[in-house]
Amino acid sequence: MTPDITAAVAAAFRDEWGQVVATLIRVTGDWDLAEECAQDAFALALERWARDGIPRRPGAWLTTTARNRATDRLRREVVGAAKLREVARMELADDGDDDAGSGVRDDRLRLIFTCCHPALPFDARVALTLRTLAGLTTAEIARAFLVPEPTMAQRLVRAKRKIQHAGIPYRVPPAHLLPERTGSVLGVLYLLFNEGYAATAGADLVRLSLSAEAIRLARVLARLMPDEPEVRGLLALMLLHHARRDGRLDDNGDLVTLEYQDRSRWDAAAIAEGVEVLDAALRLGRPGAYQVQAAIAACHATAATAAGTDWSEIALLYRRLAQLVPSPVVELNRAVAVGMADGPAAGLALVDRLAADGVLAGYHLLPATRADLLRRLDRTHEAAAAYREALELATTDTERRYLTRRLAETTTFA
Amino acid sequence: MRYLLLIGGDGSAEATSEEICGADETQAWLADLERRGMLRGGDLLRPPGEASTVRVRDGEVLIVDGPYAETKEQIGGFNLIDCADHDEAVEIASRHPAARFGMIEVRPVWEP
Repeated sequence: MTPDITAAVAAAFRDEWGQVVATLIRVTGDWDLAEECAQDAFALALERWARDGIPRRPGAWLTTTARNRATDRLRREVVGAAKLREVARMELADDGDDDAGSGVRDDRLRLIFTCCHPALPFDARVALTLRTLAGLTTAEIARAFLVPEPTMAQRLVRAKRKIQHAGIPYRVPPAHLLPERTGSVLGVLYLLFNEGYAATAGADLVRLSLSAEAIRLARVLARLMPDEPEVRGLLALMLLHHARRDGRLDDNGDLVTLEYQDRSRWDAAAIAEGVEVLDAALRLGRPGAYQVQAAIAACHATAATAAGTDWSEIALLYRRLAQLVPSPVVELNRAVAVGMADGPAAGLALVDRLAADGVLAGYHLLPATRADLLRRLDRTHEAAAAYREALELATTDTERRYLTRRLAETTTFA
Repeated sequence: MRYLLLIGGDGSAEATSEEICGADETQAWLADLERRGMLRGGDLLRPPGEASTVRVRDGEVLIVDGPYAETKEQIGGFNLIDCADHDEAVEIASRHPAARFGMIEVRPVWEP
C-alpha cells in the first residue's frame, strides 16, 4: 500500500469520522451499529482507494459505504418485524442536503448536542464526545483520563443505553433550549482542552492531544453555529492559550509563569487567528464569559513584553467577568490585575477583603497572591509568612518549587 | 414514550401534598396534560409514615414500618405521562409547581 493512501485515509478519519458516525446514527438509530459500520468503511477505504484511487469526495464515499454496510448487516440479522422496519426506514432515509434542516448537514451538530446532553453524567458526555465525534478508541480515552479501560467502556455503554432507553432525542435543540444546551457543549470542549493543557511533557500523548482535539471540535462547532458568539469566544480562548504552550515549561519541565515566558516561543500565527476569531465574536454584540476570558488572554498574548501588558484593561475585563460569572477566584484574578495596574496596595486591599470573606479559605493562591503583593510593598516579614501559608496549601510539586523559591528570595532580602 | 414522574419533596415544605395537588396551578398543569392527551394516570400519596415495606426472605414475610428508602426526600405523588421524548418529559416536569421547591424524578417506563 502506498503511503499516500494511508495518509489519505488517516486524513479522512480525522475530518470525516464524526460526520460518518453522526449520519449513521440518524439513519439507523443505533449508536453501536453506527460506530461499527463507520469502522468497516474506513477499513474498506484502505483497500478500495489503493485499487480505484481516492474518491473525489471521501466523506460521501465513506458515508455511503458505511450505510450500505449497515443495510447489509441489518438484512442479515433480520429476525423480526422491528428489524425489517429498521431496514425499510434506512432505505427511505434521505441522504440529500435538504433544506429542512434534517439532513446530513446537521448530523454532526445533532451528535454534538446529544453527546453533551445535560441528562448524561458529565464524565460520560466527555467520553462520548471523544469516542463518537473525535474517533478516539475506548482504550485511548481511558488512558487520557487515567481510568481502567473496562471502567471507561462501562461508562460509554451506560451513556448510550440511557440515550436509547430514556428517549433522549437525537437533534439540535429548539431555539428556547439552545443557549443552555450550547453552554453544556462548550463546557465539555473546555474541559477537554484543559485536561490536555494541564498535561505535562511526560504525560501520555493521547492526553496531550486533547487540547488540539478540543480546538478541532470547536472549529467544527463555530462553522456550524456561526451566529453563536460564545462558540467563537471559546475557540478564541483555546487558540490563545494553546499558542503559548511552548513557553509554559522550561527545559526541566518546570512551569514558567507568564511574566518570565520566552515570548518568541509563542505561536504568532495562532495568536493572530485567536484575535481574529475573538473580534468576529465581539462583533456579534452579545458578550459572554468565554469572550471576556478570550479578551484577557488576548491582552497577554499580544503584549510584546511582560512589562508592556495592559493591566488596566485586564482589570476592567475581570470586573466584567465577575459580573457575568460571579466567583471569588475571578475576584482574586482581578486583584492581581489591579495590583499591577494601580500598584500593590490597591491589589492588597482587594485580596484582604476576599480573605476576610473566608470563601477562599484553603485555596493556596490566596496567600500566594497576598505574599507577592506584600513582597512588592517591602513588607517582607508578612510576605514570608504568607508564602509559608501558601506552601502548606499548595497541591503540586511545581507550585511548591515556585513558592519555595519565592520564600527563599524574600527571606534573603529581609 | 411513557415516563413516570415521581413528585417529591423533603417533607418539610410548608404545603402538604394535598395542598399542592389541590392548588389551582397543579390542577391547571393536569388539565393541560389531559387536554393534550398525555396523561395516563397519577395520584396523590399518603405520607411516608403510613407506608409499610415488605420483603420475603427464606419464605418469611417481613414487614417494616416506613418507606422503601430512608431519605429525607419522599414521594408525595406520581403521574404517568406519554410524550414524544425525554426533553418533552423534562419540560412537562419543570412546569409542575412542586419542581420549584421539591423535585421531580423523570423515569422512563421499560418499553418492550
